[in-house]
Amino acid sequence: MRDWASYSVEETDGRRTLVVTGPLLISTVGALDRELRAFEGQVDAIDVSRCGTIDTVGAWTVLRFARQQQAEVIGAGKQAERLLKAVEEAESSAAIEPPRSRLSLRVPETIGRYVFEFGTGSREMIGFAGHIIVTILGTIGHPSRFRAKAFVRQVELVGVSALAIIGLMSFLIGIVIAQQGAAQLQQFGAEIYTINLTGRLSLRELGVLMTAIMVAGRSGSSFAAQLGTMKLTEEVDAMRTIGVSPMEALVLPRVLAAVLMMPLLGFYSAVLSIIGGAFIAALTLGIPFGTFLSRIQSVVPIYDVWVGLVKAPVFGLIVALTGCYQGMQVKGNSEEVGLRTTLAVVQAIFLVIVLDAFFAVFFTKVGWG
Amino acid sequence: MNEERIEHVVAAEAVPGVAEHFDGEYPIVIKGLRNSFGDQVVHEGLDLKVRRGEVLGVVGGSGTGKSVLMRSIIGLQVPDEGSIEVFGHEIIGANPEEGVALRSRWGVLFQGGALFSTLTVGENVEVPLKQFFPELLPDLMHEIARYKVVLSGLPADTASKYPSELSGGMKKRAGLARALALDPELLFLDEPTAGLDPIGAARFDELTRELADTLDLTVFLITHDLDTLYAICDRVAVLADGKVIACGTIPELLESEHPWIQEYFNGPRGRAAKTGMERGKTVDSHGQTGD
Repeated sequence: MRDWASYSVEETDGRRTLVVTGPLLISTVGALDRELRAFEGQVDAIDVSRCGTIDTVGAWTVLRFARQQQAEVIGAGKQAERLLKAVEEAESSAAIEPPRSRLSLRVPETIGRYVFEFGTGSREMIGFAGHIIVTILGTIGHPSRFRAKAFVRQVELVGVSALAIIGLMSFLIGIVIAQQGAAQLQQFGAEIYTINLTGRLSLRELGVLMTAIMVAGRSGSSFAAQLGTMKLTEEVDAMRTIGVSPMEALVLPRVLAAVLMMPLLGFYSAVLSIIGGAFIAALTLGIPFGTFLSRIQSVVPIYDVWVGLVKAPVFGLIVALTGCYQGMQVKGNSEEVGLRTTLAVVQAIFLVIVLDAFFAVFFTKVGWG
Repeated sequence: MNEERIEHVVAAEAVPGVAEHFDGEYPIVIKGLRNSFGDQVVHEGLDLKVRRGEVLGVVGGSGTGKSVLMRSIIGLQVPDEGSIEVFGHEIIGANPEEGVALRSRWGVLFQGGALFSTLTVGENVEVPLKQFFPELLPDLMHEIARYKVVLSGLPADTASKYPSELSGGMKKRAGLARALALDPELLFLDEPTAGLDPIGAARFDELTRELADTLDLTVFLITHDLDTLYAICDRVAVLADGKVIACGTIPELLESEHPWIQEYFNGPRGRAAKTGMERGKTVDSHGQTGD
């Protein structure tokens, strides 16, 4: 049981004195503070001689009440006296929370800021892309400046270590397409077209698209978080002062690795989803595995492969670009790293899907439908 | 009665088991402490007693485990062996509730301040208050946060600023304000003056001494700063070879034969700090009247 501080009111010679009893500590003053805030009436003095131990919170409670009542504090021992003085000197009326404007102002302000940031953000991102191009050209001029080691490391991180998860994902997606497609096509007795469906969809669309989404989640986020943390710890600034361009050392290897690995991963993903389709077709439709694969060759036009391979590096560029751009934009605190990482992934996936729609229309128009 | 009701309400909101005030002579008693990381033994048979109301400076070369010692005392590092009593309660293997109760009675200032970056300074100070004393009214918490910020030597309007808007020295003071939030009896400072300019460091020393005197604090202070040792420490504990090789006032330590202690206090920096201290005394007495 805690020994809560309390009070009583005594009256002598027409002077009302509030006598505080019990220890005046942060742990015991909670009740007294509420009682005194609710106190109605008038006292002339506050007697703290019977309160035993006291800390600054106790002193503050007494002081606040004394001020409100315009009463004097009596019976304070040495320690109480010292604390009352310290607290009185340290009093302030400053705000605790950061200044905030009214909701009716904040909403339009926030929307306005988003619109504005969308504009500046897009412009800056294009600028960032331009910066990368300039860096590439510079590196072509001086091939010795190219960071081969960092590039190989990123190729490993973006490509090789993603093989397992992308393979599994694509295999399962192949199964789902073939199985669901067959269920619908069976109604027309056309389940043989499952092969067309699986083959064309995998090579043209899903292989590359799903891979781009996976790479955005795996590598885009890691680019943003890594570069963001490096900015916070001033590593990027340290690089600049030594004369190392962060663009060359950090951004270029990542962007090139993503651009190079995306077509490979996309094609690999398409192949794995075809295998998944063939697997389920053999299991449930009675189409032999080999037949499924050889039919793919005849029903899938070769330009479907090209469509996938043309899109892949563009998607890789988008993912790496947003990741690196957002990472390099980090400043201030650790919260920003999280925000920017989220933003990198969301923007990358969004842009990839928007571009994919444009590609779909474009390729159909040019006759690769 | 109305007041009884308030007391019941408050008692219901309060966190149970907040520890009692401590009246013993030694708030911290360490016996036979052993800490190791893998093969590397940091402490071996370390003994230390901290007296109530003193400012104890802890010094030692890099890697002698000053911070590890502090982390062991505040329960962030579980030692291999030994006993650590804080306020008469054994820390090692304490049940979680008791550990929580003890935490409400010490404040810790970490090296970098370790402020929560998403909260303002004032909100930072309120975090321990809300954690341990939820029965306090929000108004009272705000008031406490405000005067703690000023008490720590910060301008009043710092309370609504975010840590990222503060300079290094201000961050330390804000960290101190948070460490003092609960009116602790025991204050741990991990290299409080590291990274501060000499003027800022001297001010911080003064502040520490002043607060220790006003609030009756026992201060466990890890430092490299010789000026700090001379200016504010009542006693100094020297860590070397995994032990406390000496513990006493600076004149006592100066008589020690141990080579590290000799080199530390009688090296060029040690002597400079000493003469600075002796000269500073006269200057200080003038300065304080002007304040």
